[in-house]
Amino acid sequence: MSPMFEYAPAPESRAVVDIAPSYGLFVDGEFREAAGGRSFKTLSPSTEEVLAEVAHAGAEDVDAAVAAARRAFASWSALPGSERAKYLFRIARIIQERSRELAVLETLDNGKPIRETRDADLPLVAAHFFYHAGWADKLAHAGYGPDPRPLGVAAQVIPWNFPLLMLAWKVAPALACGNTVVLKPAETTPLSALFFADVCRQAGLPGGVVNILTGDGSTGAALVAHEGVDKVAFTGSTAVGKQIARTVAGTRKKLTLELGGKGANIVFDDAPIDQAVEGIVNGIYFNQGQVCCAGSRLLVQESVQDELLEALRRRLSTLRVGDPLDKNTDVGAINSAEQLARITELADSGEAEGAERWSPACELPERGFWFAPTVFTNVTQAHRIAREEIFGPVLSVLSFRTPDEAVAKANNSQYGLSAGVWTEKGSRILAMANRLRAGVVWANTFNKFDPTSPFGGYRESGFGREGGRHGLEAYLDV
Amino acid sequence: MTVCYARRYAHLVTMPASSPTAPPAPPPAAPSALADATASDAALRRFLHGLPGVDAVGLEARAAQLGTRSIKTTAKAYAIDLAISMIDLTTLEGADTPGKVRALCAKGVNPDPTDRTVPKVAAICVYPDMVATAKEALAAAGGQDVKVASVATAFPSGRAELDVKLADTRDAVAAGADEIDMVIDRGAFLSGRYMKVFEEIRAVKQACARPGGEDAHLKVIFENGELSTYDNIRRASWLAMLAGADVIKTSTGKVAVNATPANTLVMLEAVRDFRAATGTRIGVKPAGGIRTTKDAIKYLVMVNEVLGDDWLHPDWFRFGASSLLNDLLMQRQKLTTGRYSGPDYVTVD
Amino acid sequence: MSEQSGNPGGAARTRLGVLKTYKLFVGGKFPRSESGRVYEVTDTRGNWLANAPLASRKDARDAVVAARKAFGGWSGATAYNRGQILYRIAEMLEGRREQFTAEVAAAEGLSKAKAAARVDAAVDRWVWYAGWSDKIAQVAGGANPVAGPYFNLSTPEPTGVVAVLAPQESSLLGLVSVLAPVIVSGNTAVVVASERAPLPALSLAEVLATSDLPGGVVNVLSGRTAEIAAPLAAHQDVNAIDLAGADADLAKELETAAADNLKRVLRPADGGSAASDWSTDPGVKRMLAFVETKTVWHPVGV
Repeated sequence: MSPMFEYAPAPESRAVVDIAPSYGLFVDGEFREAAGGRSFKTLSPSTEEVLAEVAHAGAEDVDAAVAAARRAFASWSALPGSERAKYLFRIARIIQERSRELAVLETLDNGKPIRETRDADLPLVAAHFFYHAGWADKLAHAGYGPDPRPLGVAAQVIPWNFPLLMLAWKVAPALACGNTVVLKPAETTPLSALFFADVCRQAGLPGGVVNILTGDGSTGAALVAHEGVDKVAFTGSTAVGKQIARTVAGTRKKLTLELGGKGANIVFDDAPIDQAVEGIVNGIYFNQGQVCCAGSRLLVQESVQDELLEALRRRLSTLRVGDPLDKNTDVGAINSAEQLARITELADSGEAEGAERWSPACELPERGFWFAPTVFTNVTQAHRIAREEIFGPVLSVLSFRTPDEAVAKANNSQYGLSAGVWTEKGSRILAMANRLRAGVVWANTFNKFDPTSPFGGYRESGFGREGGRHGLEAYLDV
Repeated sequence: MTVCYARRYAHLVTMPASSPTAPPAPPPAAPSALADATASDAALRRFLHGLPGVDAVGLEARAAQLGTRSIKTTAKAYAIDLAISMIDLTTLEGADTPGKVRALCAKGVNPDPTDRTVPKVAAICVYPDMVATAKEALAAAGGQDVKVASVATAFPSGRAELDVKLADTRDAVAAGADEIDMVIDRGAFLSGRYMKVFEEIRAVKQACARPGGEDAHLKVIFENGELSTYDNIRRASWLAMLAGADVIKTSTGKVAVNATPANTLVMLEAVRDFRAATGTRIGVKPAGGIRTTKDAIKYLVMVNEVLGDDWLHPDWFRFGASSLLNDLLMQRQKLTTGRYSGPDYVTVD
Repeated sequence: MSEQSGNPGGAARTRLGVLKTYKLFVGGKFPRSESGRVYEVTDTRGNWLANAPLASRKDARDAVVAARKAFGGWSGATAYNRGQILYRIAEMLEGRREQFTAEVAAAEGLSKAKAAARVDAAVDRWVWYAGWSDKIAQVAGGANPVAGPYFNLSTPEPTGVVAVLAPQESSLLGLVSVLAPVIVSGNTAVVVASERAPLPALSLAEVLATSDLPGGVVNVLSGRTAEIAAPLAAHQDVNAIDLAGADADLAKELETAAADNLKRVLRPADGGSAASDWSTDPGVKRMLAFVETKTVWHPVGV
């Protein structure tokens, strides 16, 4: 048995998805060109191939979409909750039926591995609609008063890292609560939202209840600033989140923000080491590290640091980087040239500031946007890579000696989205969980998501929660 | 790697059983090496309970994730032949007869009568009283290189006095068994008498000695389903490896829970860490419940990604199975011919 | 007060009243404004009541430092303990009903009977919130049935240091109605008292100081709301701001400044605090505005 066990290519078929050469805006139940006639191209980040041309919405289109949503709001909000629920159940089911197609599409447009879109993104998308469908006729029991009312028109701006999942996080609760929606997907990942428009069509959703405006940052800015909007929900960078907070200041728009993070993943010396290693890998290399709640700072107790890092390096050497459509790929492409440049710049700063850089041996494809999984050791709190969100597959390793030091370092950040704790000692888990200033604490696990589980940050990671009973508040007039 | 593991496992280096090349130790009753081990009963317990814990959910998630690898075309062909060559083709029935055993041996040597390129299985696994029959049958079929493995030590329950277990073992070795699959005393293990389990493995290892010939390899069966927790399986793995096991094996195939990807993964990790700590390689054998090519390939993927491809060899990894072989053969035919095969096109033994 | 300070030439009087020097309340102590400034506080008819400290940016800064320092202990105290302390505040306030009735009457131009009713309502509000301390986590938190082998629990936690702009009109009841929901969950507060009617707030500080409330949990500043609020809204170590006492223009300005570190902002009621009826059931909204939901996951396995 001399040959090594080389996995042969196992590409997922592209044939399951049919991408049109161009797409318009989805307004009032129909696709239409942008009023200004502008469009832009969306690329496959793994090949730089142009996937489609997409309309670029301007101020006039924002007006039209908000107006359509406003018109639809009257009847949509007046529907019995049980009827709204059935629309959402339909959407959930259609997404399940079309999940393979949508997974391939998402992988093409985003660059993330098909293993993740197939096993994480799409199942969660369907689950979010299914979960929120059930709330639509039970809002009186949600703890927000006997007859909580919707807000009106929700302006929703979502990022490119989980395009369809972020859409689901936004659209499902908004519709369940009786709002109508104008959603702007990210500039680099517009396609799955446009396919979602088709899902809405198949579900028979009334026109104007969901409107999709593709475009860039200016489109999003026009949308959140629009006077006809009652609610603004944004997921993205902290810098843009602050700008949006200024924009809505002094208005009656209700605002929720889900922003950046610099999550600390804390490993104690009594941790289940093999699972901790998996948790670290999942924490920072899942979705190429382009995750707001990524465990981008590894805080490891000094007494196990060498052992853990050795195990981590060994494990990283088995990561398979490459074609996102290959079912065996663990790490896909970075979403855009711009993001790759940012990751590169920050990683270079890590080296320049004296941290030690390591990556497993891996061949990166020639075309497309790629960044090898990277670990920095000898990182201190003062390094940029310990403070700034990199949003890429780059782990910064710091050490600690005592639980107090771990907490102090973990909390020493302007962010507060996620944290991880690895220890077999139950009372220590609970003590750590109490003291960590983060909206989600994963103990002996990491990067787990569920529609029933509220998600959102402390401090500059934003405010408001998405998911669970808590997430309904963002879309109710309470 | 060794440096780090040496820290956690430093005291191991002084443990007598960790050296595979140690001369045969004196009988269990005698002092010296074993007496030292007995004297450190508390140390053994401390060591086993000081191993890093296993988080069950995380472990199972990892095993499941590895199970999603998609092994196609050339990789699949490679994996199928590799899996066939790793099978301990097994019959452990009260109804076993020489005829049954001879048929099994013929199949092990020549799994697919229509295709001579199919590799032989690794071993034929039988009860001790069938060892001689198996040896003869293999020789007759031209399969001298196929090993004969014999379960022993009051298999499957292990509920007998030590001298009975040793006699069982010696009988099998004397009959020509190349490999002994012993069961540990789960009762002793679960009641915390780790040293008893340790000593018993050492004694059986002694009984595997074949004066004037090659010693039989010792596979130590934990019966993971009875150990019940992954922490226990990890402890049992270390215990057996310290005591001199050549191979650690999941299960007898006789209880409700046999090999699973997760409990095998724990053992693979223990073997990986043991090698890092001591430099000694140990084999792994999942047994029971592995019936399909898909299942077998999942195990090979685990071995590949946890231990590396130098473990992808029948010396270091085995499948305890019977019906698995026919599924592998049907899948092999499918790859060769492009059509799906059926049970009528493989032999029923 | 007015009976003490008024009528200085009253012939029949044999004793001159002792006037109170109103001070800020910061870190459990009663300092004067570091600026040395005071301003004249009058009743609704323009009669002089007292000189109140005219707090400065630096006083605001000191108050934030004190509030931050107190946060760990207060948020870490048991809910039962916090509830008992809030109840103690009610007890202390009840014991000084006469004083507060007079102060509120003067501050808000109310009859003695009406002022007394406001004070009673304020006492009762402390009692109401005292009972919430160990219930809000049950109402706002809970188990989430995630689709996997995980224990998953959401719990509300205090946001941190909260700047509170007290309502301008309702000098005591309004103040208590915005302050109690902030601190009951474990936040610490920097309160900017009603600009025109700060005296009940400054006197309340004396109640707080004798109620086992740890120093720094509540800090009370008096002065120009806009002047004090601006540095608080921009302060990077303030986690949230309650704009109850801000008018629309100021609220917009402060909300904009608050975006710099993404403070949680509770906007003023429509029509400003004048339109607020503090006598109605407060509900849980104000408490929920200043808590963070923390969700903890753990695998369930043997």
